[in-house]
Amino acid sequence: MSDVATTIRGVLDAHGRLPVSAASLKEGDDLYQRGLSSHASVNVMLALEDAFDVEFPDSLLRRDTFRSVASILGALETLGVGAP
Amino acid sequence: MTAEQFRDRLLAEELLADGAVPGIYHRSFALEHIIQHLSAYISAAGEGTAMRRLHLGPVQARATLEGSGYVTSFPNLVGVVTSFSGTEADVPGFLDAVEAGGSWLDHTAPTDLALCSAGCHPLYPMLASSVVPTDGELFEVETWVFRHEPSVDPARMQTFRQHEFVCVGSLDQAVAHRDRWLERGRALLAALALELDVVPANDPFFGRPGRLLARSQLAKELKFELTAPISSSNPGAVASANYHEDHFGVAYAITTPDGAPAHTACIGFGLERIALSLLYTHGTSVSAWPTETLAALSIDPATLAEGSR
Repeated sequence: MSDVATTIRGVLDAHGRLPVSAASLKEGDDLYQRGLSSHASVNVMLALEDAFDVEFPDSLLRRDTFRSVASILGALETLGVGAP
Repeated sequence: MTAEQFRDRLLAEELLADGAVPGIYHRSFALEHIIQHLSAYISAAGEGTAMRRLHLGPVQARATLEGSGYVTSFPNLVGVVTSFSGTEADVPGFLDAVEAGGSWLDHTAPTDLALCSAGCHPLYPMLASSVVPTDGELFEVETWVFRHEPSVDPARMQTFRQHEFVCVGSLDQAVAHRDRWLERGRALLAALALELDVVPANDPFFGRPGRLLARSQLAKELKFELTAPISSSNPGAVASANYHEDHFGVAYAITTPDGAPAHTACIGFGLERIALSLLYTHGTSVSAWPTETLAALSIDPATLAEGSR
């Protein structure tokens, strides 16, 4: 697992209020189906910005951006985080 | 007629009186008569269903702003009550400050009160850490609410009344309540010969986090507004039907008998906005309103004319 993915899972554990440990989630699992509420997704968004020192642009402030670990990885990559 | 022109007309015809601050108005007895009949008309739609019926005051516990999450989502709209916080020894300094103008607020501190943020918000603390019955808990409430948004648009008053029907129960019960009341509300207002639309909507959540919340709310179709013309500027939301998921259930540890967080839903009718839409649509002369509208509201224009001043 990449460092970025590990950090994302740490943020989800700290701010996602999920009923399960983020380590048990597959990258493609739908976080909303796993219990991520809209309000918790905001806290996740803000914590990701802190953790990676980025600011999600308006176009990424959408529900789909935070739907899965994979979608968060993809969004962060467009901001230069974890890009190859 | 633009919103500003409509406001000027309502003031000129003395249906409203200027409250000296944008968005603050005094209501004439004639307008209040319409609003009271609207309230009774809406209330009658809930007759025959057992629910707890409450008139709420214009203030609530300040903690409700925090518990409901309102203050984080709408910090720009809240109102907190402050009061003199000193002792008798501080009074001379306070009086000097009043005379000097303006700075006397430095001698005040927030109380544990806030202006009511929404009709349903004060209900959830009443149910905190409780289990709702199998059939869910239903409420009918009417209350004054406050939104700090000064405007020349008479539809955007800073204080106004909401008449709400609220459900606290399972996911299915909450969604069914929202959908049932959206349809019932549409029929109720259509019977007043208002030109209605039903539109998916979002609340005006504040800032960048707010944009994520607003878009989520729209994408999940949690909120629907009933809109009607209130001026030529914009149709306004005269009612909204909202499904809050388990937001308040989690916040206040309210559960269903199976132990899951309760889900909640409400429909809120904006009494002033509906009255303004009637006045805009049918004219400010109530005697000229459609017979069906007057009959539905049990308004007798002759009685209204006698008691209007």
